[in-house]
Amino acid sequence: MKQFQYVRPLTQQNVLDAINKPGTKIIAGGTNLVDLMKRGVTAPDKLVDINHLPLKGITATKTGLHIGALALNSVVSENNLVIEKQPLLSMALKAGASPQLRNMATVGGNMLQRTRCTYFYDLTMPCNKRNPGSGCGAMEGYNRMHAIFGASPQCIAVHPSDMCVGLAALDAVVIIAGRKGERRIPFTEFHRLPGDHPEMDNHLAKDELIVGIEIPDNNFAKNSYYLKVRDRQSYAFALVSVAAALDIDNGTIRKAHLAMGGVAHKPWRLFDAEKALVGKPVSVDSFNQAAQIAITGAKAYEYNAFKLKLAPATITEALKHASGLV
Amino acid sequence: MKEVASNQEGIKRVDGHLKVTGAIRYSAEYHFSGLVYGALVSSTIAKGTMTAIDSKAAERAPGVLAVISHINAPEVPGYKDGKGQPGSPFLNNQILYNGQPVVLVIANTLERAKYAASLIKITYKEEPHQTNLDNNLQNAVKMGEGYLRGEADAYQSAPVKIEVEYRTPIHVHNAMEPFAVTSVWDGDKVTVYTKSQYIKGMQQDIMRLFNLPEQNVQVYSKVIGGAFGSGSPLWPYAKAALIGAKMIGKPLKVVIDREQMFTMVGYRSPAVQKIGMGASADGKLIGITHDATGETATYQRFTEGITDTTCFLYDCPNINTGYKLAKLDLSVPTYTRGPGETTGVYALESAMDELAHALHMDPLAFRLKNYAETNLQQNLPYSSKYLRECYEQGAAQFGWDKRKPEPRSIEKDGWLVGYGLSTGAYWAGRAPSTAKAKLSTDGTLLIQTATSDMGPGTATMMTKIASEIINIPVENIRVELGSSALPHAAGEYGSMTTSSVGSSVYDACTELKTKFNQLAGSNADNPDYVKILQDHKLPYLEITKQSNPDGHGGKYSSYAFNVNFVEVHVHQATGMIKIARVVAAVDGGKILNPITARSQIIGGVVWGIGMALMEEGVIDHRYGRYVNSSLGDYHIATNADVPQIEVIFIDKKDPVTNPMGSKGIGEVGIVGVAAAVANAVFNATGVRVRDLPITPDKLI
Ligand SMILES: Cc1cc2nc3c(=O)[nH]c(=O)nc-3n(C[C@H](O)[C@H](O)[C@H](O)COP(=O)(O)OP(=O)(O)OC[C@H]3O[C@@H](n4cnc5c(N)ncnc54)[C@H](O)[C@@H]3O)c2cc1C
Ligand code: SF4
Repeated sequence: MKQFQYVRPLTQQNVLDAINKPGTKIIAGGTNLVDLMKRGVTAPDKLVDINHLPLKGITATKTGLHIGALALNSVVSENNLVIEKQPLLSMALKAGASPQLRNMATVGGNMLQRTRCTYFYDLTMPCNKRNPGSGCGAMEGYNRMHAIFGASPQCIAVHPSDMCVGLAALDAVVIIAGRKGERRIPFTEFHRLPGDHPEMDNHLAKDELIVGIEIPDNNFAKNSYYLKVRDRQSYAFALVSVAAALDIDNGTIRKAHLAMGGVAHKPWRLFDAEKALVGKPVSVDSFNQAAQIAITGAKAYEYNAFKLKLAPATITEALKHASGLV
Repeated sequence: MKEVASNQEGIKRVDGHLKVTGAIRYSAEYHFSGLVYGALVSSTIAKGTMTAIDSKAAERAPGVLAVISHINAPEVPGYKDGKGQPGSPFLNNQILYNGQPVVLVIANTLERAKYAASLIKITYKEEPHQTNLDNNLQNAVKMGEGYLRGEADAYQSAPVKIEVEYRTPIHVHNAMEPFAVTSVWDGDKVTVYTKSQYIKGMQQDIMRLFNLPEQNVQVYSKVIGGAFGSGSPLWPYAKAALIGAKMIGKPLKVVIDREQMFTMVGYRSPAVQKIGMGASADGKLIGITHDATGETATYQRFTEGITDTTCFLYDCPNINTGYKLAKLDLSVPTYTRGPGETTGVYALESAMDELAHALHMDPLAFRLKNYAETNLQQNLPYSSKYLRECYEQGAAQFGWDKRKPEPRSIEKDGWLVGYGLSTGAYWAGRAPSTAKAKLSTDGTLLIQTATSDMGPGTATMMTKIASEIINIPVENIRVELGSSALPHAAGEYGSMTTSSVGSSVYDACTELKTKFNQLAGSNADNPDYVKILQDHKLPYLEITKQSNPDGHGGKYSSYAFNVNFVEVHVHQATGMIKIARVVAAVDGGKILNPITARSQIIGGVVWGIGMALMEEGVIDHRYGRYVNSSLGDYHIATNADVPQIEVIFIDKKDPVTNPMGSKGIGEVGIVGVAAAVANAVFNATGVRVRDLPITPDKLI
């Protein structure tokens, strides 16, 4: 690992000043960043530790729930307000990583964690995300964990987060601080597709800081579910995961939000499937139809063709759980 | 502080307290003044030559003391006259596999060594490589003539028959403790702290490498954080560390990282196995044909007995087996828990299940119908065989009678429930071994032997064995092991330690007791040792005793046996698999210390679950390089994957294996587990997965 400097500013302004310089990187829980540094994927000159900023709060506002960027994944998942108002987020968090990691990982860091594509981690392999122009090792390589939606000829990686799938389904908003002030981005527009610039995971500028997220109040608490399909029971990334949130009135679906993980470069909202569910009765048939709509346009590679079957099956199953059918 | 509790369950681990408090020292935890650190650079191509090594930046990096490669390495006596094994570090510029250690960077801190290592630039001349076993089956070479009993391929004319092919991937041992060598040279004497399953063997290897007499080489392997078969050879990484330490003339520590654990210390060979099996309509086996192909390195051959168990497990008149190896541009495989048997029995016991299904017979009834009373391969009676008891007691405990023969018969909340079983066996071997027993006037007994303890609790076992002969409180017994200066002990592999080392402790203690009795002119079962010493004004009495397998004249065949019963739940929609419970019934002869014995079986079952459901070393054959060489990507079973495991020991003495009547159980625990899981998955879903691991995608 390259030698680096370490600073611990105590105010947001000092953080913003510090990250304005090239070669600096924010460190929060460090569970992803330090791994990347050890593997040489990233080699910052200076680490800016933000853990002393007052960004850990979880509070109910007039319109929703506010969660600070430094709230720990474990704390958020066990928080009563979260469990009561947005149980989907709690479920998604608990499906991620391991208790030890969740005790270190922060909300902001989780959003910015990088792909687990193994070629991205191995400096001897080609990877456009790590080294633009070097090629994509996964495209014709071992791509079992890779995308079926929204990929580009440059990159077929997926975003690995569970939490983000839940937040995408819940229409969360990302609150970002920059030197010119604060701005807000809808969660579904925060991460980007790889296109011609797979090195960019999201729309956060280098000199910006995530300060929190807000989840608008909704009627999903009773009927939401996070289903993660993985190769082992714990401590594994999703093959496919689905966040399902339903607003059900008397057996009829009034509103549906669906997002998938493990299938794209960003948490993948299923807007068309959601539309198809509105006004439909709670039934396996409605769910299967929505799942079929959801999977249109999917494209598989050598090792991940199973996702074309697994994704719709998981959608149906998640909806069955959310609606109380199982 | 030593915490030993004695009860019916046996004694607790004598080093347990030290381990859980972190007080025990592993080989990377020895510190010396002036200690320096090494980092190994490994090759990034699979085959070719190094044409240049640019080490300028590394040499200029802070704290760097040396950069060693084949270009500047000192002369190694063991490499002279063409004796250097291909693949040895610094031998030449040849690259034989991706991940081969080629350069050692030494610096005054670990971080500096690692950073400097990252600055080394190697230029290669690449040659085409072959790393894919499937693409090289045609080029595989026959190893020996195979085994034949009766008529070859007799299954073909059986009324009911199956012909199936199974695939198992690479398994990496992934011991928790990374391999490390801390070595201290003093002139032409060297002291080495490392992970070794056979300390005296490693001492010999080091003596050969540097052409040194025995008294100049001291090897310590006091504690091992897992080895599972990977800890026997003096691996290239270790040779590099020893050569580097000699060259720099300072105590040197080299620890390999997790990624290097995949290419530098062996792994379980993948295999493709074909089985043809046939029976009469009423379920009597007529013939089994078992052909296995594994892989080995181009530069070194490793063979294992994949088809061995097939030759004797069942009463079948016609059996033929064959074994081939494909030479690939990969590092050499090595012994991996239940080497050969684990791979072979997965196929054999899956095939037994498939044939039982074809026969419409209960898999347990089918096995009992073909129960072998004697070893038909060796034409010998078993010294003991309580496999029938394993079937009976295991089945009763598990509730096997509740199994529904038709797949997909039981469903609970969207989960399909299935039952499966498998049989396993592992040779109950024993090798010559020596121990010293010394009883002093303070009432303590010291046992010394150069065995290792790679995790099973060897010191605990030896304490237990000694305590049953010299009947003093276990707190007063101390077992010293893990040093080449101690009396020669057999290697800790092949499930032989309790049998071999234990026999020597048993014999030494027995003779010691006799010596006390002789001195006192008594014949007491429990002499007053201290009083006898005092009466004779002696500070202590000691005996060093070598015990040899008494070679029951080749009159018996000795094996441990096991039966695994597994219940799995498979999620219909998504293919997710949960193991609900496991009952393992084991004939391991007399069980000498139940708590540690149970741990051995549980450990084997846990790895068997990993083998069945998740373990797989994945290589991108375009580069001949692993793409999952981390514990995040190479999945092993987590606690959440492991259900309640019930272990039943038949616990009956074997009359000939050794004086204690035990049979080794270190390996047998894993044998068959993967087949039991696969069979249960078939019973649950009707899907027969013949290539491990059974991941959700294969079930939807
Ligand atoms: C073995 C393993 C298994 C895992 N399994 C899962 C899983 O199953 N599901 C899952 O969802 N996750 C999983 N994770 C990932 C884990 O959730 C992330 O590592 C974690 O959420 C990152 O949070 P952190 O606070 O540690 O981030 P850090 O590592 O500190 O930072 C990550 C990135 O975010 C930046 N950053 C952090 N905070 C801010 C901020 N407020 N503003 C701007 N930039 C910021 C950093 O500069 C860095 O680039 C796993 C991780 C590991 C190591
Ligand atoms: S999929 Fe993306 S991250 Fe993976 S190798 Fe290709 S470019 Fe790199």
